[in-house]
Amino acid sequence: MNARLLPFTGFVLVLALLGFGIWWSSTHDLREVPSPLIGKPAPAFALPLLDDPATSFGSKDLAGQPYLLNVFASWCFACRDEHPILMQEGKRLGIKLVGFDYKDEADDAKRWLAQYGNPYDVVIADLPGNVAIDFGVTGAPETFLVDADGVIRYKYISPITPEVIATQLLPRIAAKKGAQR
Amino acid sequence: MRKLFTATLLSFALCTAALAAVDPLPFKDRAEEVRFQNLTKQLRCLVCQNESLNDSSAPLAADLRRDVFEQMRAGKSDAEIKQWLTARYSDFVLYDPPLRGATWLLWFGPALILLVGGGALFATIRRRTAAQPANTPAPTSEDDW
Repeated sequence: MNARLLPFTGFVLVLALLGFGIWWSSTHDLREVPSPLIGKPAPAFALPLLDDPATSFGSKDLAGQPYLLNVFASWCFACRDEHPILMQEGKRLGIKLVGFDYKDEADDAKRWLAQYGNPYDVVIADLPGNVAIDFGVTGAPETFLVDADGVIRYKYISPITPEVIATQLLPRIAAKKGAQR
Repeated sequence: MRKLFTATLLSFALCTAALAAVDPLPFKDRAEEVRFQNLTKQLRCLVCQNESLNDSSAPLAADLRRDVFEQMRAGKSDAEIKQWLTARYSDFVLYDPPLRGATWLLWFGPALILLVGGGALFATIRRRTAAQPANTPAPTSEDDW
């Protein structure tokens, strides 16, 4: 190689490295915490129902059926954007929709659901946030797809979009149903 | 007067709110506190990711501090506590990423780049000194390179 080209080649290499950095950070959310729980059994949990705190509801009641666990809270602004999507498309999923009310006052959550509608089949409340830590929750909204075997198949951080439902959730749900038949 | 009283009361309320943000934990002695501080300084807050678990006032950080404290009380070692956290939040929660297949480039990448750059520099200098007898005058800046 011509020695004259060496500095230029070096420059191009550095440029390529920096360009890769820009491309990578614009296509990936660098703040997103990867979940080590995907492909692993969902943690066992039992939490009080939002509407009936005396009754506990948890993984035992959900055993044997797939479900979508949606972490929300009345204090969460982004959940307000996500909510209409769940209202419109939640039923389309064909699986149980579990609302996970995260670190929220029960009255606030009830008022919030009364105002914006309740897309969930069941709503559990985690006021201390312990179960959320077991699930590796970093905030709201976050959504977990758990299959009939109780294994976490998919996790989505930030508000669910119709695109995520169509390209990520529905194919996974359909694949699992097909395998069981 | 009444206004002043309300203002004073309000400022007190705000102060206590700020204090409550970094919750005091009931350490039994100084050694336990030092161990706790050292451990939480090595852990990253998942919400404010540029803050350690020790500094952050995010509610999740407070919950995790409480859990770390409870596990310390339960006799868990620092390594066990870190393992408990990484099982939930991945290596992201550690400021010091462990050395393994996926992270070797992170650890040795800079040395690799230095090695490649140094090698190229060395080769160029050798070639130039070889091509240029010691007696020839140094090239002018125009035909450098």
